[in-house]
Amino acid sequence: MPESRINLHVKALARAVNVFYGEKQALSGINLDIPENHVTALIGPSGCGKSTFLRCLNRMNDIIDGCRVEGSITIDGADIYSKEQDVVQLRARVGMVFQKPNPFPKSIYENVAYGPRIHGMAANKKQLDDIVIDSLTRAGLINEVNDRLDAPGTSLSGGQQQRLCIARAIAVRPEMILMDEPCSALDPIATARIEELIDELRDNFTIVIVTHSMQQAARVSQRTAFFHLGELVETGATEQIFTNPRDSRTQAYITGRIG
Amino acid sequence: MPNSDQVQRAYPVLVKDWGPASAVFSDQGFARRRWWRALWEQPVYGLLVLSSALAIATTVGIILSLLFESLQFFHQVSLTEFLFGLEWHPQTALRADQIGSSGSFGAVPLFTGTLLISVIALLTAGPIGLFSAIFLAEYATKHIRDVVKPLLEILAGVPTVIYGFFAALIVAPSLRDAGGFLGVGISSESALAAGAVMGVMIIPIVSSLSDDVIASVPGSLREASLSLGATQSETIRNVVLPAALPGIVSAMLLAASRAIGETMIVVMAAGLSANLTANPFAAVTTITVQIVGLLTGDQEFDSPKTLAAFALGLVLFVVTLCLNITALRVVKKYREKYD
Amino acid sequence: MADKARLRRRYRAERRFRWYGISATILGLLFLGAILVSTVVLGHSAFRQTYIKLDIFFDPKILTPDGKTDPDTLRQANYPAVVKFSLREMFPSVTKRNEQRQLFSLVSLGASDSLREQITANPALIGSRDSLWLLASDDVDQFIKGKIRPNAPENERQLNDLQMQWVHEIVARGLTNLRFNAAFFTNGDSREPEIAGILGAAKGSFYTLLVTLVLSFPIGIMAALYLQEFAPKNRITDMIEVNISNLAAVPSIVFGLLGLAVFLNFFGLPRSAPLVGGIVLALMTLPTIIIAARAAIMAVPPSIREAALAIGASPMQTALHHVVPLASPGMMTGAILGMARALGESAPLLMIGMVAFIADVPQGIMEPATVLPVQIYLWADSPEQAFVEKLAAGIMVLLTFLVMMNLLAVILRRRFEQKW
Repeated sequence: MPESRINLHVKALARAVNVFYGEKQALSGINLDIPENHVTALIGPSGCGKSTFLRCLNRMNDIIDGCRVEGSITIDGADIYSKEQDVVQLRARVGMVFQKPNPFPKSIYENVAYGPRIHGMAANKKQLDDIVIDSLTRAGLINEVNDRLDAPGTSLSGGQQQRLCIARAIAVRPEMILMDEPCSALDPIATARIEELIDELRDNFTIVIVTHSMQQAARVSQRTAFFHLGELVETGATEQIFTNPRDSRTQAYITGRIG
Repeated sequence: MPNSDQVQRAYPVLVKDWGPASAVFSDQGFARRRWWRALWEQPVYGLLVLSSALAIATTVGIILSLLFESLQFFHQVSLTEFLFGLEWHPQTALRADQIGSSGSFGAVPLFTGTLLISVIALLTAGPIGLFSAIFLAEYATKHIRDVVKPLLEILAGVPTVIYGFFAALIVAPSLRDAGGFLGVGISSESALAAGAVMGVMIIPIVSSLSDDVIASVPGSLREASLSLGATQSETIRNVVLPAALPGIVSAMLLAASRAIGETMIVVMAAGLSANLTANPFAAVTTITVQIVGLLTGDQEFDSPKTLAAFALGLVLFVVTLCLNITALRVVKKYREKYD
Repeated sequence: MADKARLRRRYRAERRFRWYGISATILGLLFLGAILVSTVVLGHSAFRQTYIKLDIFFDPKILTPDGKTDPDTLRQANYPAVVKFSLREMFPSVTKRNEQRQLFSLVSLGASDSLREQITANPALIGSRDSLWLLASDDVDQFIKGKIRPNAPENERQLNDLQMQWVHEIVARGLTNLRFNAAFFTNGDSREPEIAGILGAAKGSFYTLLVTLVLSFPIGIMAALYLQEFAPKNRITDMIEVNISNLAAVPSIVFGLLGLAVFLNFFGLPRSAPLVGGIVLALMTLPTIIIAARAAIMAVPPSIREAALAIGASPMQTALHHVVPLASPGMMTGAILGMARALGESAPLLMIGMVAFIADVPQGIMEPATVLPVQIYLWADSPEQAFVEKLAAGIMVLLTFLVMMNLLAVILRRRFEQKW
């Protein structure tokens, strides 16, 4: 179900994607375009496959035993499941932020410096410092942690930890950032901070966010895709999905009748 | 209230006829049975308490017997000589009336010998145990893990006398011959042979404890690292192992405690002469070897020779206890962090 | 380009790291294999023993010089002389005294014992002639089994040139035979390797473990029951728990010192007796059994307890009637594993004199005895080369018992495993 062409540069493109966990089919026939420098929200009831789809985009499903992905997913026209595609490089291009903040049990500085270090992005300490400071700045955390970069990442509050995880992801300079319900473990104020941040990050990154909250999808995203029972039911501009859904199931979901 | 036992017995009656049951449940019946119950329950309860107290009694018994005999020993040999003396010749006496017939009891060579063999054991078991734990926890498929893990744990169940046999009759002669071939003088009772075989024995202690702590490192940390584009080994080295470090350290401490207290391997494969050396090819003796040497064969009680064994036992007990307590503390702190 | 090189380097590091893990695991398994293989390679030959066929003449002049045939005389008769006579007949050319002595040493002292048995069982044999298979000495046995290098210098060999020549001749005449070594399973220890058997040690182990089981199983279960079901949560209980986990890690030799100081010197119990060994091992295995029993009790779901309590059972009745039966497979598994550990333990037993040389098979818990692992240690300490195969065979016997106990534990666990 390719959506009507809109005048956007498509960053990632999924065609006829099926995902199986062993015998069980988790996703069937997903076709989705993800536009560059936009926030695409994936919504739908629990177990509908939206997180599974998200994890296909940086091949995090590879580490799950018995998981099989069919169909094609391309980023900038290159198939990410082809033999030539290196997973490590792919993940450096497609960052991820998880449901629960998961900072490493290291200092704030080391958390952010981890990615650039393994990818050899900094030639010297000064460059590394710059990357760390820049990432923390972009993640809106720098003012809160400037004087305690050596403090453990786990000493921060939940919302700060999640922003640290975002800083950690953007330190690798990815093109896309995947966010798997990034605010579900946070209080409303921290959530608001993250949502603001997502909006700022949109200028530089292509963002795909899985969310449980339709309000959040409406607030932060420009595009929305509605998943239901392993199928992609409807995609479109967020405004259209929430005000004028074409499919009755979407209608039912956004009005709270299924979910 | 009726108890289950009586209800069970009364049940057929209840089904047939309510009449006799009313006698079972009468106030008088309850009172009598409660009295009986108290009569047998109290002693049983006492027995249970006593059984648990036996664990304490054993510890107290160990401490008291070691302390008592050691104190007698330290009446005859000064504590400083024992702890800092460099000469260990417990049986130099040729005649009982000879001056200095009590020998010399400087235990430093025993401490260093024990340390040398334990260090060799840890150098063997540490890398092998840790890397096999990493392989089993992070790389191996479930199928391989289910087969290999119990196999490795067999090593912990093999009686130590078998390791002793292996060390004394297989490894030590081979090492000596290999040394002869290479022109290196390796004693047939070398610390290396005893230590290496002891290392094999403690591999499972290191590997299964490390495996446990590695497995308990939250998966979300691995995912975070992988999602940043780290390879699996980078993830293990930079994220998993640092997070599991306290557990690994305590596994090493427990392994060290086991190595220090191990007896049969060293009795069979290490020497009796107390050499003060750090050369792994030389023969050294250990605390446990000396305890066995002093207490087997002819012995007169209350001679400093036999009492010295208890002083050595006390040292052994204190050192291993400290190691164990530290290890348990570390692991407990770690568990609290991730549970 | 630099990126490519860097990536290649990272993947090389990945493969190297993975290889470390695989090789460490394989190394661990290899050690296990090496121990088992070397045991079997060295020990399998002990199950067969060399016999020599001798023409034996039960000469009345030697056996019953004064004509009496009462059992006492028959028992004390000079059987070695009969054997020597037969050997002299076989090699009539050997006449020098010291050469004859060397010749006689080819046959074991056990040969005379078997002649004695035959005669005391059937005195009518006196005066008869028979070809009998008799036990060869340990040196001949080792030579036949190929464990003595014939081209080693004579003074480093257990058999000298002359003896080897004789043995070659005996072999050439077809008068040697390797037979199943039943004596290994029916004899006690001996200074002569070809006569030494494992039965004494096995029975010693049996009596010792019996004492251990009788003490540690009930006490362990009662302690576990108290700690898990009844103990108030207070500092004393905490202390007991910490104490138990520390006791489990105390070196075993320290328990031996406890046994020596308390049971031998203070209570005056007999040295070398399975009773004391059993007590010491019981104290040593108690923590293991308590920990296993507690785990088994913990696995019984609270709903069972609530059900029993709800129909008016007292906590004690609930524990004894419901919790213990349901937890018993787990408790027994723990006890078997504890016993397996005790069976392999030797260090503490050295301290209480179970290391003495004891030729008789013990008949009770108060008689001097040794146990399987200590017997292995004793043989390892003996200078005769023929003891090497005996000790390896002893290890095989010990391992067989251990495997059986562990299998029993596994079966028990499988059979009664319950998912709540």
